[in-house]
Amino acid sequence: MAFYRAHVLVCGGTPCELGGCRAVKDTLLEEVNRLGLSSEIRVLETGCLGPCDQGPVIIVYPEGIMYARLQPGDVKEIVEQHLLKGRVVNRLVYHEKKEEAKSVVTFESSDYFGLQERIVLRNCGRINPESIEEYIAHDGYRALGKCLTEMEPAAVVQVVKDSGLRGRGGAGFPTGLKWSFTAKTDSNQKYIVCNADEGEPGTFKDRLILEGDPHSIIEGMAIAGYAVGANKGYIYIRGEYKLSIERLQHAIRQARELGLLGTNIFGSDFAFDIEVRSGAGAYVCGEETALIESIEGSRGEPRYKPPFPGVSGIWGKPTVVNNVETLANIAPIILNGAAWFRGFGTEKCPGTKVFTMTGDINNEGLIEVPMGITLRQIVYGVGGGIPGGLGFKMAQTGGTSGGCLPKEFLDLPMDYDTLAEAGSALGSGALLIMDDSHCIVDIVRCFMKFFKHESCGKCTPCREGTTRLYELVTKITEGKATNEDIALLTELSRVMQTSALCGLGQAAPNPLVTCLKYFEEEFGAHLNGYCPTGVCTMPVANVKVG
Amino acid sequence: MKSLEELARIREQAKQNLQLRESRDGIKIVVGMGTCGIAAGARETMNAILDELIKRNLSQVIVTQTGCVGLCEQEPIIDVTLPDQPKVTYGKVSPDKARQIIANHVVNGNIIGEWVIRSDKQ
Repeated sequence: MAFYRAHVLVCGGTPCELGGCRAVKDTLLEEVNRLGLSSEIRVLETGCLGPCDQGPVIIVYPEGIMYARLQPGDVKEIVEQHLLKGRVVNRLVYHEKKEEAKSVVTFESSDYFGLQERIVLRNCGRINPESIEEYIAHDGYRALGKCLTEMEPAAVVQVVKDSGLRGRGGAGFPTGLKWSFTAKTDSNQKYIVCNADEGEPGTFKDRLILEGDPHSIIEGMAIAGYAVGANKGYIYIRGEYKLSIERLQHAIRQARELGLLGTNIFGSDFAFDIEVRSGAGAYVCGEETALIESIEGSRGEPRYKPPFPGVSGIWGKPTVVNNVETLANIAPIILNGAAWFRGFGTEKCPGTKVFTMTGDINNEGLIEVPMGITLRQIVYGVGGGIPGGLGFKMAQTGGTSGGCLPKEFLDLPMDYDTLAEAGSALGSGALLIMDDSHCIVDIVRCFMKFFKHESCGKCTPCREGTTRLYELVTKITEGKATNEDIALLTELSRVMQTSALCGLGQAAPNPLVTCLKYFEEEFGAHLNGYCPTGVCTMPVANVKVG
Repeated sequence: MKSLEELARIREQAKQNLQLRESRDGIKIVVGMGTCGIAAGARETMNAILDELIKRNLSQVIVTQTGCVGLCEQEPIIDVTLPDQPKVTYGKVSPDKARQIIANHVVNGNIIGEWVIRSDKQ
């Protein structure tokens, strides 16, 4: 057995990779070798730790000291001082970005991590995602074993139902109920699909879960397969997510080798296998029926519903489509029970939610907090507030298709139902924070441009609507719009929300509608030829002199 | 994978390798690694400690280093802390002494009094 006196975990998530973590890891290995420490110090890669804007990040165990914003040039000092002599290099230690910043922060002790509750991200940043043994050491595959040896499929469905888990992809549909539809349908073939086609701008949680803990998804899918009677699973993932795909395929191979995928799993007659399918990066393929079309090899366009995929999905067979984060919740629920899960979050929305924070916020990155936490706690607690002393203008929840909430909503609990009432959505967990230097109309124009580009063109309300919305909003930013244009925007939004074929067209007007409602004054100013923040270029003729 | 027992076996084995990242309250050995310590041979002492731990399969022991504590004359210095016991500091620890400290103190709980230079009162 090899014995190491220290483990150095290098965060290998995509954000850290962009920051240059590979070079940091290589330099680490070089330096450790140079000083002859390679038999004492183990250097390994792990999944995302969360503070993505601070990358590359490393953690040194047994002390649990976290270093941030490392450059290859800093590594020598860490190896010579910390790893050789045991002196923590204070200069490079992770600092919390807050008014009274603490330093020498260990992984678990900072406020940033203190407010978090990690169920989905339980292993992210703690284990080596390429090692099935490390996953098993943290109770991995025990839930699958428990299901196959001690539980009837119906009992598994019941536990998930009782837990109150709701789909984490955006719509918040109860997962247990979804499973029960497919379980009840008679068929010689059923499928489980993991929706990893995470296309919402600003969302990268699924990517980092897959990179950091791929086995949790495999286990979740196998349990789902047992519960509904499916023996085949597909993971539909964005083609750009190279590292996620690599890690998944590696994990699937390891699971097959240990007989955790294949036939007679845990000595039962249950068989299950998983295939990875990569998409070509169309936003609409995140919609479950368009995703199914794409898996079948057709062009990614949504189908008419009903029938829903639970009854007729891939090749007309009953198919459960679950989001990555939903599946990552399954194993802990089976192991700890429904009542345990209900101990987190709110009554109607138990559990936690993974958010990706981006925009004008100090701690950009990946967090997991209990459902029902307020927006204020996220922005000013975990998020560390807004940089540059600027004020909070708005938060867009749920990604580009979500609504925009002004500061009056800062104390709103973050869960599916409350946000839906406010005209927004919890959605995929993207959280875009904007300070008051931005023009709301200009921001809306950017959102509308995105939908114009991503509409698949199958149904008219969406194809035509997204283009017209963009044109009209652009007109406002140019100072050429009138009150009639606002009325037209409102009418068009209503038509799209009620008649578009799928979620894309139905949700596209959300940011516009909420902004029209909550930032009426700012829109009014633009109609009068004036942009309060000075972002939009207005015609000179509108400038009032004197 | 044929049974839960098989999974449990893999889990126990894998857990041992991860103990370093999990436990904060196990047996701890701290080696003085200031310039004075290194000059006095702390590297060799450290290597002997690690080698002895591997031989005895003591994966739960945490080994860290510290800087100069001021007693350069006594280097290499090591601290040994067993759970719920005061810290014991040994001085002039040669590789050979280090091996004996592990055998007597870490494994059997017998402090080697004549090499101790300081012991925390309980």
